[in-house]
Amino acid sequence: MSLHDDWRPTCSVAALRARAKLLAQTRAFFAERDVIEVQTPTLGRTSVTEPQIESLRTQCGAFLQTSPEHYMKRLLAAGAPSIYQLGPVYRAGESGRLHQEEFTMLEWYRLGFDDQALMAEVSDLIDRLLGPASYERMTYESLVGTVHGEPAELDLAYAEAVGALGSVRCFVTDYPANQAALARVRGDGGQFRGDNGHFRGDNGHFRGDNADDARAARFELIIDGVEIANGYHELTDAVELGARMARDNQQRLDARREPMAPDERLLAAMEAGLPECAGVAIGVDRLVMLALGASSLAEVVPFADR
Amino acid sequence: MARYATNEFRAGLKVLLEGDPCSILDNEFVKPGKGQAFNRVKFRNLKTGRVWERTFKSGESIEAADVMELSMEYLYSDGEFHHFMKTDGSYEQAAASAAAVAEALPWIKEQDVCQVTLWNDDPISVTAPNFVTLEVTETDPGLKGDTAAGGTKPATLSTGTVIRVPLFVNIGDVLKIDTRSGEYVSRA
Repeated sequence: MSLHDDWRPTCSVAALRARAKLLAQTRAFFAERDVIEVQTPTLGRTSVTEPQIESLRTQCGAFLQTSPEHYMKRLLAAGAPSIYQLGPVYRAGESGRLHQEEFTMLEWYRLGFDDQALMAEVSDLIDRLLGPASYERMTYESLVGTVHGEPAELDLAYAEAVGALGSVRCFVTDYPANQAALARVRGDGGQFRGDNGHFRGDNGHFRGDNADDARAARFELIIDGVEIANGYHELTDAVELGARMARDNQQRLDARREPMAPDERLLAAMEAGLPECAGVAIGVDRLVMLALGASSLAEVVPFADR
Repeated sequence: MARYATNEFRAGLKVLLEGDPCSILDNEFVKPGKGQAFNRVKFRNLKTGRVWERTFKSGESIEAADVMELSMEYLYSDGEFHHFMKTDGSYEQAAASAAAVAEALPWIKEQDVCQVTLWNDDPISVTAPNFVTLEVTETDPGLKGDTAAGGTKPATLSTGTVIRVPLFVNIGDVLKIDTRSGEYVSRA
């Protein structure tokens, strides 16, 4: 394409229509269920500490949000009902067939739900948007073959196993405890380890890392080999959250990446009390891609990165 | 030598992989939402033509290869090496091994201009022009007037290569040949 044609959109009018329809159907779905739409800032004073997610920083030192999670949890802690947000999020350096630095995320939180109840609601929404189908279930261990190994090796094995799943809708569950992110961790008896201080072993160290039997109450939905959704039975313990943020930052330092200042307002909100809830985020552009049978995000977003 | 990081990988970039010069064919960014980012990269080994696939952690880098693609005129063979000359007026020459010219040799004659891939100034592969003209040195007698029957027969070219030609072609005819398919196009 010549520079002269560079102004043109990367997606077709048909893709614009498919996207508009999908967004309208999504809003109708939540209106029926009395989940209210919120619009939290996409620009914040801090961002996530997650070791493998980089936030874009503005000239004045603010961060473009990688998900609306922190703000939405602050709303919930302040008494909001079940809420959803549909809008842009940003992740530095992620660019490819299935990645854009700016993309559209649908994130919602359901008061009183656990991960099982939320998976059921996710499949209801997907049935509405892509047409009904059946949903398989696999644990992380059965998908990847193991929960042990170097984190990077596990991530690569996971990415390859996901890509090889083929044309199915599959919920992956029971992530290793050290991949909990902001999900609760439960032991072999199904009890949670994160919410009463017992997550720390007798010596004060986080046990989930090494405890073989501990799994995160986290799920992902894979459709046709593409990661579509990531959800948690949400961690509500501020002390545990603070410990995970510190651990994230240690990993960032070990990898010679800049640490991220922990979000003190989120920690304070969790101390004040995050209600029992489950939350999930969906990549909307990827859904539009699947709805259209397209093979890259560039075909379904109006103006792709490059 | 310069290095390229994964975010600079583009199709056509020339790099060193396991000591061999390679050209990047395809670079796919792969990343689980919460996990490590990778680049799954396809390379063509410029010496062997084989396609390799390797996965890198995003941010890793590999060494650049000093690879140039030039138009060069085929001069002659001394029995061991095949000599080519730059067409930029410098008269600089380079000697290609039998392995480097193997794919082009069935099609080229002296003074043909080829695409030569040089690695550290050494030819590692030679590509014949898409179309060449070569004389027929041996074939069964032509059938006069038989221009539409559609039958073919073998013919030996001046390079020794045997191709299928229409029945009307005679010894001494000069033919235009598509070197990509190895097929007869027309009489030149």
